[in-house]
Amino acid sequence: MNMIFILIGCSVVLAMVFLAAFFWAVRSGQHDDTYTPSVRILFDDELLDPEPEKGDQDHF
Amino acid sequence: MPAEKTFIITDHCFHCGEDIKADDYKLNDMKFCCLGCKTVYGILSKHNLQNYYTYNKVPGRTQQNSKTNLDYLNVKEIAAKLVDYQDGNISIITLYIPAIHCSSCIWLLEHLYQLQPAIVKSRIDFLKKQVTITFNNQEASLKEVAEVLVSIGYEPLISQQDVVKEKQKNNTERKLITKIAVAGFCFGNVMLLSFPEYFGLGYFDKEFKDFFGWLNLAFSIPIILYSGAGYFSSAWNNLKAKRLNLDFPLALGIAVMFIRTAYEIVLRTGAGFADTLCGLVFFLLIGKWMQQRTFQHISFERDYRSYFPVAVTTLKNGSEISVPLSELTTGDRIIVRSMEIIPADAILLKGEALIDFSFVTGESRPLKKVLGEVIYAGGRQLSGVLELEVIKPVSQSYLTQLWNNEAFVKPKTGIKTFSDTASKYFSIALLILAFGAAVFWMFSDPPKALASFTAVLIIACPCALALSSPFTLAAVISIFDKNGFYLKNNAVIEEMARTDTFVFDKTGTITNPDAAGMTFIGYITDEQRQLVSDLTRNSSHPLSRELTKYLKRPALWPTDNYAEKIGRGISGKINGNDVKLGSSTFLDLPLNNSPEKTATHVMINGQYLGHFIIRQHWRKGLGTVFQKLGKKYVLHLLSGDQPHDKYDLITFFNSGDKMLFEQSPQQKLDYVKNLQNSGRKTVMFGDGLNDSGALKQSNLGIAVTDNINNFTPGCDAVLDGRSFEKIPQFIRQAKDAVKVIHMSFAVSLAYNTAGLFFAVQGVLSPLIAAVLMPLSTVTIIVFTTTAVRCYARKNKLL
Repeated sequence: MNMIFILIGCSVVLAMVFLAAFFWAVRSGQHDDTYTPSVRILFDDELLDPEPEKGDQDHF
Repeated sequence: MPAEKTFIITDHCFHCGEDIKADDYKLNDMKFCCLGCKTVYGILSKHNLQNYYTYNKVPGRTQQNSKTNLDYLNVKEIAAKLVDYQDGNISIITLYIPAIHCSSCIWLLEHLYQLQPAIVKSRIDFLKKQVTITFNNQEASLKEVAEVLVSIGYEPLISQQDVVKEKQKNNTERKLITKIAVAGFCFGNVMLLSFPEYFGLGYFDKEFKDFFGWLNLAFSIPIILYSGAGYFSSAWNNLKAKRLNLDFPLALGIAVMFIRTAYEIVLRTGAGFADTLCGLVFFLLIGKWMQQRTFQHISFERDYRSYFPVAVTTLKNGSEISVPLSELTTGDRIIVRSMEIIPADAILLKGEALIDFSFVTGESRPLKKVLGEVIYAGGRQLSGVLELEVIKPVSQSYLTQLWNNEAFVKPKTGIKTFSDTASKYFSIALLILAFGAAVFWMFSDPPKALASFTAVLIIACPCALALSSPFTLAAVISIFDKNGFYLKNNAVIEEMARTDTFVFDKTGTITNPDAAGMTFIGYITDEQRQLVSDLTRNSSHPLSRELTKYLKRPALWPTDNYAEKIGRGISGKINGNDVKLGSSTFLDLPLNNSPEKTATHVMINGQYLGHFIIRQHWRKGLGTVFQKLGKKYVLHLLSGDQPHDKYDLITFFNSGDKMLFEQSPQQKLDYVKNLQNSGRKTVMFGDGLNDSGALKQSNLGIAVTDNINNFTPGCDAVLDGRSFEKIPQFIRQAKDAVKVIHMSFAVSLAYNTAGLFFAVQGVLSPLIAAVLMPLSTVTIIVFTTTAVRCYARKNKLL
């Protein structure tokens, strides 16, 4: 059962690594603006030639 | 069928979606409402940025009233204060842009480099409406960067507030997040390590029990020293100020829990309460974070100076120089252009002064000033360029005096929240109970005395109680927020539920400044209307612009011999007709012909046709709002204007003595004070600086505004003008919110009582504490948010 000491030690150390990663994320400002990136990612890449307008052709 | 097709084409501006009024501005088959919108479209299409129009329909904002002078950005001192970072090549600046409102804005503003090659990078923070621009300061000045923004219709709002920008706010939020992270980390680990204890460790080695205990204790140390430290300092500060609030029992509970845990683990007498302790702090911090988040996007920190320009153009040795406002001294010659605000009390030296003092006095009609007259700060110049000599530096001018008035400076201490009062009694009762239990066991079973004493303090630790108020109010605030009603803090809601007297300002508050109504008294044919419209188009006077808007005619005839006498009238020859428009003296009409209200008379070819009357429009739903409120509350009207509209409104106020006209800001303030002295809880609805004294004095000051980004300092809440008709619903919702708080207090007290039943007997096991605490907390969170939403649905706010 002495294994438990090692296992718990490992898990705590691992958890601390994640905590440290979270601290780093906060400090580098990743949580300052949580909305804009979600919009930004949806933008298309630069279009060089916009599609020709489809318009009134089918009407008359 | 071409006729049908013309009907299909809607007359909305392709850029901003405004109705297209008289003129047709066209480019690439697109129609625009004004030259500004057309120009923006032109710039964007030239730089291949039409994608702007594909992400959203009509993403722009109308450009009809814009153009500001950005020269002051060339002043080194101002620029230095505005930038975040600067070195030899690169400058970084964060600008606040109120016009940001959709994904197209994000797209366009992040492609600024296509418009101005000197811009390296631009990043938007959508919720804060800020753009952070990195640019090469060798290739472009700050002013040029700002001008790019203005040219595409995203004018940055640069005010003194930005100059004294505080960056701390961000840091406190980051700190809270790290605190929560630490608390969550410890909470999770402690829970895991406590499970064996809950299910019984009987057959395990004693070794493990000690090991888990010591680990738990180790995990509670950062909770005490870091995450929960704020509660100790806050409780201590409150005690020093002789106040008892919820932080005191919280801090006491946390301390006792930690000490007892340490004691039990070190002496190997039990498992301690580390799990409850960590959970408690974790939940409390989340509550705090919720509260902070609710207020994040409205900053109430603006002071009166943000009404004033950052810099003023002065005239020195014949050349114009921009000078920071704070460096303006007596004797300086200043230049004030059309639509700029007079920054300091000054004597008029040159130019036609037509000043709109509605900020200061509430009178919406512009005043004419003659040469040599003193013009007070805060007025807005409407006609041409003025040259003035400053007689009082800014800090001493009229508005500042108004602000420095005792009533303006004095912080509001009057608002007492229910939870403040309740927690005082709660703390006292808790202490009595704890000592009572200790004394009781001291006599019958001494070893149990300490156990029961600490158990009472632990179990009664008012976590749920502390959360019920913030969670209820946060839910209400976000609902109000969606309806265009923005509160300064939580206490406002409770204050709103208590009010019994409503005071309204008139101009801009119950009238809609954007929609002045026009009627024509007399007889006028369609062709004559066309002539009038062609004439008014020439003038930039507000009345002429209103008339052009009202007449809705396309430009047809050019005007010859156009003449404008400022403040009197305009005349010209159109299509062979002599058209004259203006006051009765301008048209040489007999004086008895002039009606009471603001009238513009029309004369064509020497024949008098009649006059236009401008009448302010009441806000939508004004009648029903007053009717609903009048049933339960007392209504008053305080106006800086002349009593033109008294008889329109008298039905709502029962009698004339509750309606006061021609009131100065000080008189308004005194009136509210008198009401309060006679025991009335007043809520004041106002609009501008002219009633901000009264707003601050009243128990609750609500600024009604049509531009949320430009509101009055010193108020407790901001109401979007479009939501004016919802006022009775807001009041109802506030009352319901207080009801919900009372109920949730009852619920959390019930949990506390259940726990105390075990605690006073001295048999509180860590398991009971560990179950009760999160259970009560979750109950409260779920109960308050759902109850508030139910009420909101009932009040038709959701």
